[in-house]
Amino acid sequence: MISTLSEQLSVWVIPVLLVFIPLIGAIRRVKVYEAFVEGAAEGFQTSIRILPFLVAMLVAINVFRASGALGCCVNFIEPVLSFFHIPGELVPLAIMRPLSGTGALGLTSEIFTVFGPDSLVGRIASTILGSTDTTFYILTVYFGAVGISRPRYSVFVGLCGDIIGFLGSVYLCQYFFALP
Amino acid sequence: MIWLLLILAGTLYAALWGDIALVTQSAITAADTAVSLAFKLTGVMCLWLGMMRIAEKAGLIKLIVKVLQPTLRFIFPDIPKNHPALGAIILTLSANMLGMGNAVTPLGIKAMQELQKLNKEKTTATPSMCTLLVLCTAGFTLVPATVIALRTAAGSGNPTEIVGPTILVSLFATISVLFLDRICRVLFK
Repeated sequence: MISTLSEQLSVWVIPVLLVFIPLIGAIRRVKVYEAFVEGAAEGFQTSIRILPFLVAMLVAINVFRASGALGCCVNFIEPVLSFFHIPGELVPLAIMRPLSGTGALGLTSEIFTVFGPDSLVGRIASTILGSTDTTFYILTVYFGAVGISRPRYSVFVGLCGDIIGFLGSVYLCQYFFALP
Repeated sequence: MIWLLLILAGTLYAALWGDIALVTQSAITAADTAVSLAFKLTGVMCLWLGMMRIAEKAGLIKLIVKVLQPTLRFIFPDIPKNHPALGAIILTLSANMLGMGNAVTPLGIKAMQELQKLNKEKTTATPSMCTLLVLCTAGFTLVPATVIALRTAAGSGNPTEIVGPTILVSLFATISVLFLDRICRVLFK
């Protein structure tokens, strides 16, 4: 029930908003077209402002990944996690998730190809992907847009959230999908 | 700090055990990706900022803020009553919940810009900014749209079966993160 509702919601939200907002605006006698253009004009400046931050972060992450340093980290952590009943196949995803959205998406489709989307690992990977977000990307873009260079404790708290999301996905799925 | 660490570790690793040429190549590719990403973002950014301006002028945002203000001010105690930041934050969090993907970023940036107006030290994040950031990174969602699409594409027999667990896990992570954030607010005053 929740699933179908969620699926329908995902298809309908944006079309409904695209109609609903201008319609209400028109009823409230707002010059909708002028207002839209006025707001949209800010979009360009903002994306230019985040560009340097985005370049800095993506370059660092990509160098880290392509050089093989990321794989080395994975090998290190894997034995520790398998001790806690965490499937080793998920370790690269766990590390990639906060760093790169497309990277995490790629790893998940790889898991789907190898194990199938309806395998336990596939389900856990799906849950991880859905319930956590690309922490470093959000950090870079949101703080970059206003010129914040000292994020203070937010990085720590954000990463804790990722770890909680990862462990939560692993254990909840193992329990949830084991039910008859 | 983390940034330096990533570059240093990556380059060092490639120099010692890998292929140093990869560093050059990956750095340049990434810089390229960043630009195309920013440009891809420009379109949606314009779209949603435009929509938001209409909603603002129609008084829609004021209305939502009025209804949700008490809850929000509990999570963000530092924001003065009826401040525009509240409206932007509500929109960001709702877009996140509805799994609106690219639409979340422009709204989130808008919220940060409003919060920046309340900031005295312009390069340091305020507690409210940290709270908003961790709420977004924990990403409480009712509609994991990307995942459902990916599962469908991979030929899953039941692409939406992960929605229940996803909602539960992200809710749990969000509550934990809010809790941690509160502790950090006191610790790092």
